[in-house]
Amino acid sequence: MSAHPPVPDPAALPETRPRDLPETRPRAMHDMGGVSKFMCDAVDVEPHALDAFDREVDAIRGLLGAKKVMGVDELRRGIEAIPEADYLRLTYYQRWIRSITENMLAKGVFTEAELRAALEDTK
Amino acid sequence: MSALLSKGSRVRVRDDWPETRGPCHIRTPHYLRGAEGVVEKHLGAFPNPEDLAFARPAAVLNLYHVRFTASAIWPDAKGDALVVELYETWLEAA
Repeated sequence: MSAHPPVPDPAALPETRPRDLPETRPRAMHDMGGVSKFMCDAVDVEPHALDAFDREVDAIRGLLGAKKVMGVDELRRGIEAIPEADYLRLTYYQRWIRSITENMLAKGVFTEAELRAALEDTK
Repeated sequence: MSALLSKGSRVRVRDDWPETRGPCHIRTPHYLRGAEGVVEKHLGAFPNPEDLAFARPAAVLNLYHVRFTASAIWPDAKGDALVVELYETWLEAA
């Protein structure tokens, strides 16, 4: 893994903002493109290792898509609906399973009681 | 679907904020709302993701690459351009 590119000194960056200021517009939390406060962090372009959890979540999403239970657009909507504090705390695939779970509960694929019981069984 | 826009057509992204009206799934970046650009390429036609996101019946919409000069979005940007995929329902004649 090579080092990330050097992070520019924020003080040296020009004040560059979209002409419609995000501060005055109801930008959705995930709609981060072009927002100046994210400009000072170098983009992490290194590949990330997947663990067993990541692979399992990805497989579940694939099965739900193949069986036409939930589409990728529904997955994205569910991810975008995660409250900001949780969104920023969760990993990529944790956001996925959160959205999948909310979608399954909303569709009645399983109930909250069934989910709790299943989680108890895994302890 | 509306009539195809031709390459070079000047368009404006609708200055609309569905985010203020309740749950939604919008693939048009906030920073382009109201911006003017030029149609670069027709990419095909696809079911509207704004409806697919709610498992609703989805109209098939034309999708375009639209080119914006960076300085139209960021006033002190120089020289660069930005090409973004946008659905026809977000575009109006400029």
